[in-house]
Amino acid sequence: MNAEPQRLTVASDQDVVRVRQLVRTVAVAVKLSLVDQTKLVTAASELARNTLVYGGGGTVEVDRVDNGRRAGIRIAFVDSGPGIADVNLALTDGYTTGGGLGLGLSGARRLVDEFDIDTEPGRGTSITVTKWCR
Amino acid sequence: MALGTDEIGRFAGFLKEHEAALVESWSHRVADGLRGRLSQTELNRQIEELFRALSEALDGGAGTVEDPNAAELRAVLSELSRSRARQGFTSTETAVSVFALKDALLAAMDARQADAGTLRDFIAFSALIDELGLFTFASYAAAREELIADQAEELLELATPVVKLWEGVVAVPLVGTLDSARAQVVMERLLDALVTTGSPYAIIDITGVPAVDTQVAQHLLKTVVAARLMGADCIISGIRPQIAQTIVALGIEFGDIATKASLADALRHVLRLSGVDTRRNGRKDG
Repeated sequence: MNAEPQRLTVASDQDVVRVRQLVRTVAVAVKLSLVDQTKLVTAASELARNTLVYGGGGTVEVDRVDNGRRAGIRIAFVDSGPGIADVNLALTDGYTTGGGLGLGLSGARRLVDEFDIDTEPGRGTSITVTKWCR
Repeated sequence: MALGTDEIGRFAGFLKEHEAALVESWSHRVADGLRGRLSQTELNRQIEELFRALSEALDGGAGTVEDPNAAELRAVLSELSRSRARQGFTSTETAVSVFALKDALLAAMDARQADAGTLRDFIAFSALIDELGLFTFASYAAAREELIADQAEELLELATPVVKLWEGVVAVPLVGTLDSARAQVVMERLLDALVTTGSPYAIIDITGVPAVDTQVAQHLLKTVVAARLMGADCIISGIRPQIAQTIVALGIEFGDIATKASLADALRHVLRLSGVDTRRNGRKDG
């Protein structure tokens, strides 16, 4: 039941809204619970906004996955911005370089089941999150 | 690709010579394409106006649509595109209104037993008509953009009413996405309403906000702080279970801001604070 991954470009605030709508549609299709849907949509909203604000725009790819026992959604946020120098610091609650609450990245990690971050200064940032059906 | 002076002269002459037949066959072809969604009178008026503007532009020596002498023609074309865009016609239907002149021209030329010279002229005239069509396309797109921008602005106004719930209590029911632009409008409206109604209490209801992320939370917090600076107490209501769990996981702190599950709870809370008796049988007889 792996459908084609869906890809969106993130270049404006409207695109962040589009990412949220796509994630919600796919989350409903994989039958995530209402709480998990909301958590995943919120995490996607945070990460897509990071892609836009800190990464200078990028792409988001939403994919349905299946590990044999459970279905889920995997979302990849890729930008070729400045990258993150200190990932541990960036994942600290309340740390921000952009005037926000400093909870987006750390909060998003708590909202999903799997969270992978691949970044290096000057090379951009790629974050992949997965949420499984319970 | 501009028309030469001779071609312009011949085109103008041809239009004059066949004016009645061309206008009739042109409007007829356009009417076919629009399938009766525009009245024949309205359509005839538009086509006649276009025809006159085109003739005048050619008389003035305009060989391209950008020519200074074609200013009137451009104005007529823009007006046509704008009215079509507002009436909901597609861009193709709008551009075809211009391109149909080519068929009308070809029909008129066939009748004269075309030779190589007339065919060359037809190709040159067509090139000019193509330009006119493209210009129509561009102005149609511009008109639609304007329409969308207008609607976005109207939506912003529509979606943020401040309502008076009770003496001294105003509420903002938020519906949809709370981006920076909306948040700004909401804050301004709310602070205005607090001043004009002299209300000590404000309720922000987020039942209609699909996702509360850190940006939305930050906007809400700023609005509450601004209301407090003006001496009003702010309550956030409409926190559904899934939103509450998400807020906790995100780690957002609402501090000492009162939050309630529903607007009714928030109103009851406020009324209690302001000393209004809210018991079901609160009315004292005698």
